[in-house]
Amino acid sequence: MIRLFTALLRRDLGRLLGSGQGGGAVLPVLFFLAVAMIYPFAVGPDAPLLARTGGGVIWVAALLAAILPLDRLIEPDLERGMFDQWALRGISEEWVIAVRVISHWLSFGPPLMLAALPAGALLGLDARGLLIVELGLLAGTPGLAALGVAVAAITAGLRGGAALAGLLIIPLGVPLLIFGAGSLSTGGEGGVALTGAVSLVLVAVAPFAGGAAVRASRD
Amino acid sequence: MQEPRIAAHDLACRRGDRLLFRGVTFGIEGGQAMQVAGANGTGKSSLLRLLAGLTRPFAGTIERVGETGLLDERAALDPDLPLGRALAFWSSIDARSPAAVEALGLRELLDVPVRYLSTGQRKRAAMARLLGQNATIWLLDEPLNGLDVHAARVVEDLTAAHCASGGIALIASHQPFALPNMTMLALQEYAV
Repeated sequence: MIRLFTALLRRDLGRLLGSGQGGGAVLPVLFFLAVAMIYPFAVGPDAPLLARTGGGVIWVAALLAAILPLDRLIEPDLERGMFDQWALRGISEEWVIAVRVISHWLSFGPPLMLAALPAGALLGLDARGLLIVELGLLAGTPGLAALGVAVAAITAGLRGGAALAGLLIIPLGVPLLIFGAGSLSTGGEGGVALTGAVSLVLVAVAPFAGGAAVRASRD
Repeated sequence: MQEPRIAAHDLACRRGDRLLFRGVTFGIEGGQAMQVAGANGTGKSSLLRLLAGLTRPFAGTIERVGETGLLDERAALDPDLPLGRALAFWSSIDARSPAAVEALGLRELLDVPVRYLSTGQRKRAAMARLLGQNATIWLLDEPLNGLDVHAARVVEDLTAAHCASGGIALIASHQPFALPNMTMLALQEYAV
């Protein structure tokens, strides 16, 4: 069991962090920073306005950045027959998807939290605001990762699946966005806790939804 | 170890709105081989996927005893990795060392990324993956596609050795596959 887990996790991380096709884990981070960077250009150099809205912009950027890796999460493995080979060995789709959620979060969450530091500086967030954003991202990115994997599994193999996945993840990610960005205006713990709660629900549901989607795609 | 066995009873398969075949019944014991023959589109691959348990039959039952391995047109090897490491992933899953790399002529290809391999080389690599799995029931979907004469002989010999050691081989192919004591299932006889 442990051996299987490490073998799957090592392969996933190698694939998701690696610089292979799609730009690896760097692309979503660069995209995230780019959104934070163009926002001051669009609204002008009004420091109080930037500081007041900056946290929300970081959350919107995080949700949009979550779209980028979607087409690399499940589709390639489905196409190459990896899932069939796992199924023949009695490794359930749920298992594989659960490991994929962990590896996707590792390649997506911490880099995003690191990138939120310069993004916060660009938007002129104060130390307290930045702390709440970081805590919110810590609580919210696992849910975002789980949602991404589940949506990727549901849309894998469909024509135009990548575009559809982007459209699907935005409304489904709204609860995370509301609580995550909302924790900034309400001032902390309560909002972060609610973000964590939504995250936990998504993490719990994703392996089953994703597993069922992969099985359904075989017919 | 339990005696391997694979049997189908009154099997029917539907793809979309079309019934591909119905009434397919057979039983194979350890050491036996069967070729599933039929023109393109008669449902050879679909039958193999049914037998592998990957899809559910429209009607009928399947009885399968023993670990099952499938070789089809998808090698299930990461295209960005060198062949050696792509195979090493499966040996870490199967907890066995890669097998028959030498016999399949893959030794000098181990450093080559999988995406640069030709169709035939990829097929041989997939065969090495199957050998490393230690499956007793082999489901081979067009195993000779893209292979040169020499490699085809090697695959036939490996399959014969597998059956001689008590394994089961089911070969779906429209081309002849040289194997001693092989039975035939002509799938077009079951077409609807």
